[in-house]
Amino acid sequence: MDTATRLDLYRTMVLIRTYEEAILREYHADKKPVFDIGAGAIPGEMHLSAGQEPVAAGVCAHLTSSDAVTATHRPHHFAIAHGVDMHRMTAEIFGRVDGLGKGRGGHMHLFDPDVHFSCSGIIAEGYPPALGQAMAFQRRGTDAVAVAVTGEGAANQGAFHESLNLAALWKLPVVFVIEDNEWGISVPRSASTCVTSNADRAAGYGIPGTRVEDNSVEGVHRAASEAVARARAGDGPSLLEVHTLRLWGHFEGDPQAYRHDLDGVPGRDPLPTYEQTLRDEGVLDEAAVKSVAADASERVEDAIAFARRSPLPDPKEALGLVFA
Amino acid sequence: MSLTDAADASHTSAPATTRKLSTSKAMVEAVAAEMDRDQDVFVMGEDVGAYGGIFSSTTGLVDRFGPQRVVDTPISESAFIGAAIGAAVEGMRPIAELMFVDFFGVCMDQIYNHMAKIHYESGGNVRVPMVLTTAVGGGYSDGAQHSQCLWGTFAHLPGMKVVAPSNPADAKGLMTSAIRDDNPVVYMFHKGIMGLPWMAKNPRSVGPVPEEDYEVPIGKAAIARPGTDVTIATLSLSVHHALDVADELAGDDIDCEVVDLRSLVPLDTDTILESVGRTGRLLVVDEDYRSFGVSGEIIARVAERDPGMLAAPPVRVAVPDVPIPYARGLEDAVLPTSERIRNAVFGVMGR
Repeated sequence: MDTATRLDLYRTMVLIRTYEEAILREYHADKKPVFDIGAGAIPGEMHLSAGQEPVAAGVCAHLTSSDAVTATHRPHHFAIAHGVDMHRMTAEIFGRVDGLGKGRGGHMHLFDPDVHFSCSGIIAEGYPPALGQAMAFQRRGTDAVAVAVTGEGAANQGAFHESLNLAALWKLPVVFVIEDNEWGISVPRSASTCVTSNADRAAGYGIPGTRVEDNSVEGVHRAASEAVARARAGDGPSLLEVHTLRLWGHFEGDPQAYRHDLDGVPGRDPLPTYEQTLRDEGVLDEAAVKSVAADASERVEDAIAFARRSPLPDPKEALGLVFA
Repeated sequence: MSLTDAADASHTSAPATTRKLSTSKAMVEAVAAEMDRDQDVFVMGEDVGAYGGIFSSTTGLVDRFGPQRVVDTPISESAFIGAAIGAAVEGMRPIAELMFVDFFGVCMDQIYNHMAKIHYESGGNVRVPMVLTTAVGGGYSDGAQHSQCLWGTFAHLPGMKVVAPSNPADAKGLMTSAIRDDNPVVYMFHKGIMGLPWMAKNPRSVGPVPEEDYEVPIGKAAIARPGTDVTIATLSLSVHHALDVADELAGDDIDCEVVDLRSLVPLDTDTILESVGRTGRLLVVDEDYRSFGVSGEIIARVAERDPGMLAAPPVRVAVPDVPIPYARGLEDAVLPTSERIRNAVFGVMGR
């Protein structure tokens, strides 16, 4: 892999982590000493994606703003990697008028039509709309593709299987991505899933299935390259599962008492691992690491400042925009 | 033809045509005209192609437009209704057919959590211009899972318009409006008004339909029959039963006004209030379940405005809160039949 690509992947991962750390800080800042999920500048559930950066960075490196992404209840990493407007996304998370949804959506419901990005808080239900986006691309003769993202728990939902069949049947330009972070909230995949690799399920639909086992961004990048190319060429969908890592809780405030793997988690963090690899191979030095971190921090803090400056919506406006 | 003329023509004056079509043919005519006009319009659903829709909602379309634009789908309602949503988000104008509304249980997440909410959640930045067509209603012994109306369920959930035509002219005009609307529209057609040769039908399921392009505005009720003594607010097939009863009772010196709601979302509250204001009596006839539904909603809207306009307590004829039974006699006992409507009119008139 060429150096420029590796640096891009690294930068994207750092940007995502920096963002999630900043949201974590802002989210908890005014929920002390007693945690109240509905309180503070960022109220509500908050699902952060730390540890899953390699999936978004590796996949979205192959996309342009003409391609679609449907993400999940844990959407920030894909939103950032796909180029969603960070200012307006952050304003939405803060529930402000300049947010992508003018404060009506929240962090699980981010829509940026400029880059064909959406997400849904309902497990597996982001897959079907991606089929339709792919249909539109196909019918209009473009080579755009739709990337549909879920977690491993979604692979046991009906919509998942209906979608794979339909996409395969109609050779739709879709890349189905499963982020296997091993946990469906508190239920480990061993207690939810009858196969060791969801990529095996692709065979049931006659499409290629690949599993990236090591949560490496370069591994994801390679696998996604094939899947995206296949979709662009009109050869139909693929399924890509990545064995990734939920570094933090299902949502903020999750005590994770059920989680027996926490001791080993820090050592599996993909970001320092990748950074070390790049350092060892002479791609990164201390100055470059600092520069990437500073750039990311500046962008993220700028977005947070933008969000905080944006006014809160007028409660009277809650009744508007139900219909076009 | 102006919008209002088209809407009124089918109810208050002779339509400017003598050409008669069944409701199903009128629906198909609207779909075909819009497909001709706009390449982004396409149809998908189960058996919409060669079969032409189990209830003739797409007859002949595949021959005219081909399988790329009239697409038979697998029995995967979540997948293909969701696909319609995604295509609509990208600016296409899909018409997706849920064969029986009773099947909504397997795909409601796409409908109410996605189709209906995306515009709002996106702060108005993403539109979902699609039509979800679906067959409703009973009266032919199809049992509890194939006979429901359920429009109250859809109308209850914000973000989707809901229409239910009662006659061919409205079926065409409402379909045209639904396809052109920038919002998701649930278009609920009663099997009993389609004019199907294999099902008993009211004579009004074949009626005059203007050949030209016209819209029936969504959110506008029609006075199907003007009257002075009692307002019968209803929709879809029950409009016909109400009109039959109104004709009969004219001989008993009771002058019924029949309001065909046509749309549930938006609901034309003004027309209902104006009618009740004149008659002072209200009967709501609804083929959906009685509790927590359309009949209660309409009565509430009148009561909220001015309960004093009612000279007698309002009455409703709806499906009592039981699943729709199979045996003919049992089913007729729960449907809003002419007999039940007639008795209710006598009741609200104090006779």
